[in-house]
Amino acid sequence: MSVTEAQRPEVATGMSAGAGALLSVDGLKLDLRDESGWVRVLDDVSFQIRPRETLGVVGESGCGKSMTALSIMQLLPPRYARTEGRIQFGDRDLLTLSRRQMSRIRGRNISMIFQEPMSALDPVFTVGAQIVETVLCHFKVSRREAEERAIDALDSVGIAAPREIAQLYPMSLSGGMRQRVMIAMALVCEPELLIADEPTTALDVTIQAQIMDLLLKLSQQKGTAIMFITHNLALVSQNCDRMITMYGGQVIEGGPVADVLATPRHPYTTGLLHSVPEAGRARGTLNAIPGRVPSLRAMPPGCRFEPRCPHAAPVCRQPVGIEQTGDRQIRCHRWQELTQQQAVSQ
Amino acid sequence: MTTQASNAVDVQNMTVTFGRSRTLVRAVDGVSFTVAPGEIFGIIGESGSGKSTLGRAAVGMITPSGGEVRHGDVDPFALNRKALNVHRRKYQIIAQDPNAAFNPRMTILESVMEPMYIAGIGNRAERRARALEMLDTVALSPELSNRYPHELSGGQKQRANIARALVLDPEVLVCDEVVAALDVSIQADMLNLFWKLQQDFNLTYLFISHDLNVVSHISDRVAVMYFGKIMEIGPAEAVMNRPLHPYSEALRSAEPEIIADQAKARERIILQGEIPSALNPPSGCRFHTRCPRAADRCSTDEPVQRELVPGRFVACHFAEEMLARFAEGGAAMRRETVS
Ligand SMILES: Nc1ncnc2c1ncn2[C@@H]1O[C@H](COP(=O)(O)OP(=O)(O)OP(=O)(O)O)[C@@H](O)[C@H]1O
Ligand SMILES: Nc1ncnc2c1ncn2[C@@H]1O[C@H](COP(=O)(O)OP(=O)(O)OP(=O)(O)O)[C@@H](O)[C@H]1O
Ligand code: SF4
Ligand code: SF4
Ligand SMILES: [Mg+2]
Ligand SMILES: [Mg+2]
Repeated sequence: MSVTEAQRPEVATGMSAGAGALLSVDGLKLDLRDESGWVRVLDDVSFQIRPRETLGVVGESGCGKSMTALSIMQLLPPRYARTEGRIQFGDRDLLTLSRRQMSRIRGRNISMIFQEPMSALDPVFTVGAQIVETVLCHFKVSRREAEERAIDALDSVGIAAPREIAQLYPMSLSGGMRQRVMIAMALVCEPELLIADEPTTALDVTIQAQIMDLLLKLSQQKGTAIMFITHNLALVSQNCDRMITMYGGQVIEGGPVADVLATPRHPYTTGLLHSVPEAGRARGTLNAIPGRVPSLRAMPPGCRFEPRCPHAAPVCRQPVGIEQTGDRQIRCHRWQELTQQQAVSQ
Repeated sequence: MTTQASNAVDVQNMTVTFGRSRTLVRAVDGVSFTVAPGEIFGIIGESGSGKSTLGRAAVGMITPSGGEVRHGDVDPFALNRKALNVHRRKYQIIAQDPNAAFNPRMTILESVMEPMYIAGIGNRAERRARALEMLDTVALSPELSNRYPHELSGGQKQRANIARALVLDPEVLVCDEVVAALDVSIQADMLNLFWKLQQDFNLTYLFISHDLNVVSHISDRVAVMYFGKIMEIGPAEAVMNRPLHPYSEALRSAEPEIIADQAKARERIILQGEIPSALNPPSGCRFHTRCPRAADRCSTDEPVQRELVPGRFVACHFAEEMLARFAEGGAAMRRETVS
């Protein structure tokens, strides 16, 4: 479960890289280069993560969730990626840091776990050795001390025989065990922020429930904030404090999970909610969102959801910025009108 | 589960094994169920539980090592090769990965025409007309038909894949994880399409998925599999809301649900332990190594599958007690005790 209001430090609700935010992304733009040249992948992405909170990031495949995470981690090769805007972490703008400065933050203050742990674990080293390396990289401790911390970390993620498992190579572990090892590695330096990119998508539901439970328990114990990327709205509803919805490289809605799910303001968020099948819901009546996400090179000039939106009107062909009201954000020309007509709520 | 000649699929005590001696895997181990014509029969279970193997054996694509399969009054494994090939047109499989179904060097239209060519149906013009008709049925716009597979999105490819199965006018379709790889909004679109096709052509589906929400949404009845065995069979709604087997209950509990109010979050059952190895299945009840309700006898005695309520079959020593919980207070009580 998430941290309760009482435990959480008082934070300002404004959008400004205000006091209280642990991470504040402001007007982030990302261009990537492929065979046909540069293309804008993220356009004006802004959101905040407060200390100790769990922020859910949802949206369809290709909307830019992973690219946002990789931009924060500065894991995109500069030759193929250009970023603009600000990523304020504490008192530093990550986009202005040198590679050395960034590598000191990565793994120590901000760490990341991925959907497919095999891609992040090195097949030629034992899992123990990899966690020890992470510790030695960030703390001035003896190898013996680092080894002890690694064993403790494996123990804390519910691995029954940590000393034995530490000797194994990633290949010989099951998917669920690998994800546990990844979590141990990500949390061993007790970072302030953990970015979890679809950490359970490749796992069976029963194992997924184990891993989510573990992730939340540990982060709560250690006071780690989590940016939890997923396309599974149900996981967000159960596990996150606040959420943002992304579409076509932009944040289009954000706010406390309970509020957004109870009264979604953006037609796309509503569409996503109505797409989820349930046992009781009448068959043949799932409310699919018509059409598909436009290609990055052919984004509509106005609201990016306009070609698929059931509420599109002429005004929607004008560019639309993100608007802050209370502790919610919304990027839609017509949200007030639609909310009044109750056209977008559940 | 009486054997009726009118069933689209009737499987009795079927076993499918792979490998031999020390590497022997009983992928499906003594499974019985029937599917009526026009029914949507869901099969749920974790990875490796034997769903795909069951689906393939049920339509005669692989030969079981024991038990019986009937399609109506036909025994597909008693047919000679030629008769089986004709028979199989009526029993088709749509697999998870649409890429595997398409030759990258053939256009979508050619790929959809191919099964008719192999079956020797019609002339080229007729095959083309039929393929275009089915592409239209699955709502794939005609201009996409001359594209190559890599030029389509995942959802579009899956549509073409369905059209490819439909051109031979099947009666029974095994849909094996057909929406697993798709985004939720596209997934919704596909589920609506599967439902519409079922209505329009009175198709029978074996709908396989590890996603409880998907299976229970579309199915009339569901079977819950664990490790090659069926733990529970019953009407989809009943199994979801009043599970009589601890494994169904745990799956249901693990499946995340959208709740706007976190204070109402269910007390979840989180299964401990890993899925056991297929080479070394647990003794007694196969679920005992992870079952929150396991008692001593569970590790030695295998529970017998029995019909607790008409239409609901369960294999657990304590199924009667599970049932009693619902009988006493009804569903309302359950909601209170678990919330
Ligand atoms: N090297 C690249 N060059 C150009 N575009 C790219 C490149 N890599 C990714 N993209 C595009 O960037 C967009 C955002 O991708 P991203 O991986 O962030 O999506 P996502 O939201 O994480 O999706 P998913 O849910 O599938 O993981 C996509 O449209 C993708 O096609
Ligand atoms: N051709 C094969 N040879 C050997 N073993 C096999 C073969 N096909 C399946 N198996 C084994 O049989 C068991 C059941 O596999 P099956 O593919 O039917 O499971 P499933 O429920 O469909 O799983 P998933 O959800 O991962 O698709 C597994 O242990 C698998 O390793
Ligand atoms: S701006 Fe217009 S098109 Fe865009 S989401 Fe709002 S109503 Fe729909
Ligand atoms: S027989 Fe025992 S171990 Fe098996 S499901 Fe029932 S209670 Fe659990
Ligand atoms: Mg991604
Ligand atoms: Mg399978």
